[in-house]
Amino acid sequence: MRPLTDEETKIMFEKLAKYIGEGIKDLIDRPDGVYCFRLHKERVYYVAEDIMLKATNVCRENLISLGVCFGKFTKTRKFRLHVTALDYLAPYSKYKVWVKPSAEQTFLYGNHIMKAGLGRITDNTPKYQGVVVYSMADVPLGFGVAAKSTAECRKSDPMTIIAFHQADVGEYLRNEDSLT
Amino acid sequence: MGRNQRDPDRVVRGPGPKSRRQKDLAMPKNYDITEEQEPNKKISSRAKVRAKKRDLKKQLLTSLVEAKAEKKEADKIEEEDEIKEEETLQLLSDDDSDDMPDDEFDLDDDDDHVEAEIRDRVIGEMRGEDHEDDSSDDEGEDGELPIERKTKQVLQKRSQLSKDCNDNSAQNLRSHAYLFDKRAVKENNIQTNIAETETFVLPSGQEIEKENTLLFKNHIHQRIKDVVAVLSDFGNKRDPERTRKDYVNVLRKDLCTYYSYNDFLLSKFMDMFPLTELIAFLEANEVNRPITIRTNTLKTKRRDLAQALISRGVNLDPLAKWTKVGLVVYESPVPIGATPEYLAGHYMIQGASSFVPVMALAPQPGERVLDMCAAPGGKTTYIAQLMKNSGFIFVNDINKARLKAVVGNMHRMGVSNSVISNYDARSFPTIMGNFSRVLLDAPCSGTGVISKDPSVKTSKDDSDITKCSHLQKELILAAIDSCNAQAQNGGYIVYCTCSVMVEENEEVVNYALKKRNVKLVQTGLEFGVEGFCKYRQYRFHPSLKQTRRFYPHSHNMDGFFVAKFKKFSNKIPSSDDVKEKQEVKE
Repeated sequence: MRPLTDEETKIMFEKLAKYIGEGIKDLIDRPDGVYCFRLHKERVYYVAEDIMLKATNVCRENLISLGVCFGKFTKTRKFRLHVTALDYLAPYSKYKVWVKPSAEQTFLYGNHIMKAGLGRITDNTPKYQGVVVYSMADVPLGFGVAAKSTAECRKSDPMTIIAFHQADVGEYLRNEDSLT
Repeated sequence: MGRNQRDPDRVVRGPGPKSRRQKDLAMPKNYDITEEQEPNKKISSRAKVRAKKRDLKKQLLTSLVEAKAEKKEADKIEEEDEIKEEETLQLLSDDDSDDMPDDEFDLDDDDDHVEAEIRDRVIGEMRGEDHEDDSSDDEGEDGELPIERKTKQVLQKRSQLSKDCNDNSAQNLRSHAYLFDKRAVKENNIQTNIAETETFVLPSGQEIEKENTLLFKNHIHQRIKDVVAVLSDFGNKRDPERTRKDYVNVLRKDLCTYYSYNDFLLSKFMDMFPLTELIAFLEANEVNRPITIRTNTLKTKRRDLAQALISRGVNLDPLAKWTKVGLVVYESPVPIGATPEYLAGHYMIQGASSFVPVMALAPQPGERVLDMCAAPGGKTTYIAQLMKNSGFIFVNDINKARLKAVVGNMHRMGVSNSVISNYDARSFPTIMGNFSRVLLDAPCSGTGVISKDPSVKTSKDDSDITKCSHLQKELILAAIDSCNAQAQNGGYIVYCTCSVMVEENEEVVNYALKKRNVKLVQTGLEFGVEGFCKYRQYRFHPSLKQTRRFYPHSHNMDGFFVAKFKKFSNKIPSSDDVKEKQEVKE
């Protein structure tokens, strides 16, 4: 377990900024305590500092997880967000996509969102913007990337892809093993 | 695939080889039935002996018939009973009257014998009316096989009998259902004539062994009922020649076969429960507990969750009065473990029994809590939600593979105040101590969750229980040592198992009371059965009645045990101290 290097911090924040933009500030300066990012086994954990200090007692091989896992660094040193970060992306996200109840299931099985399943979308979402996917009951289901801007969405036919799938909560069942 | 593509242009001709049929079986022209009936065999010496016997019997019978012809009508009924009895005996084909080895020839002999006997009877009773019929049949002129003739005769005789003694035969038939052996047949016949009440006859050990392979389950079930009935009113219903031990042994064997337990486990249960409760317990282990879910109050409220699930067509209800977060699911058109609500972490599928230890632990926000054997994280997430995601939870489990489920569940439920580690919990105070509360959900034999895992029924024996018990004693000392007695409104340890064995529960708790400065306190649960203070050879500390046991048959939750300790001093009493204590007591 170690703090992130500047390089790593930059890569990760760039990725986060795609989804929450200015919200990163709120993640770091929290009124309820000091929070930090820690790297452990190529995974980035977001954790309160006092809990992190206690976790230093645990030796590396035996430490499985601490706080909340945000994602991992791939072998090409790119950062990939995990669905476990959804709890922190959803409240700060600027651009959102809502899916109809009929399309919830297909999204949770790892499919992209079609125009037919689109319930709502934030106005003036640019193309290729990171979006958080909600159900119509405002339950966050995952996140992805907008394949079309809002204006383009209006014109497109039902089978065009509106948002590319990146992560969804169905992964808790599908790939429980790869979460850590 | 290959077959269809073999030759697409092939012209199909004729019906094909598979349509060919074998011709019907035809009798050879010169086949004679009479020849079959009496083959020209050389008669063996044994057959000669039998023939002699047969003749003797015939003579005897005819003399009897002559004598009986003079008797009055009243005697007839009993006489017919006897015939009936002999016949049924032969039908049952018990190893009674035959002292010769059974081969085909022999059996034929017997049949002939019966036939002759029947015919004589009929002659005697019908005064020769049917006699001519019989003799004409013998020739087989209308092409009847001998077996057909026999059935005719038997039917005739039956109808005759039923005319004479309707009620009698009905009673006989009913009593035949209970028959095991010849002796029982006779006794029952006599009893049904005399009185309505029957005493249950206990079969011997050898007979039981034989029957287990032959008889059906409901037969055993009936016997279980009978023995239980006898044991519950032993003074009146017992067979004076049998001891209570005999009855109990028979019952244990029957329960083992009926519910497929091994002998060890069942005798343990028999020691623990009174008879009626034992049967209820075993029955409860055969049915599954209802599916219960726990609302994750970190993310939603119970009312909102119930509404969301009902809109998916799930039929549910609040679990019980004692919990504000539990729901019981009766039926669901969707898999309850894969709804979007589940995936979003709004609830956890968790047995009602798993709520109980966490409620007993009663963690407060801001405390340091240790969960020693956490996987798969159901209780841990409940702790986190009671602490409102503040403070610190140290989660540990020895099994790395099972920790993956813990990580998944913790993230899904949105728990962020945890550290998850993979240690042997016995090494605990050295890794980290000073916890204000510790939950030890010890690994156990699982005798409380047989409905979930029926392999427990046969896989456990004495050594397994001893091993579990030993491990639990080590773990409970580790748990107590890693707790801090001086912690503000803390210093509590909750010990729980999903076993009902005294060796894994009360004995372990009693051991901890002896070895460390802890005392038992109220668990804060208003239901459940008090733990044992006395159990067979064990005598435990009287405060053990503050522990709680839960049973599948009485609480409709998994078998469970919960004990809550308060640690009053961090000092570990040395062995000398313990001795002094005992001396002072004495």
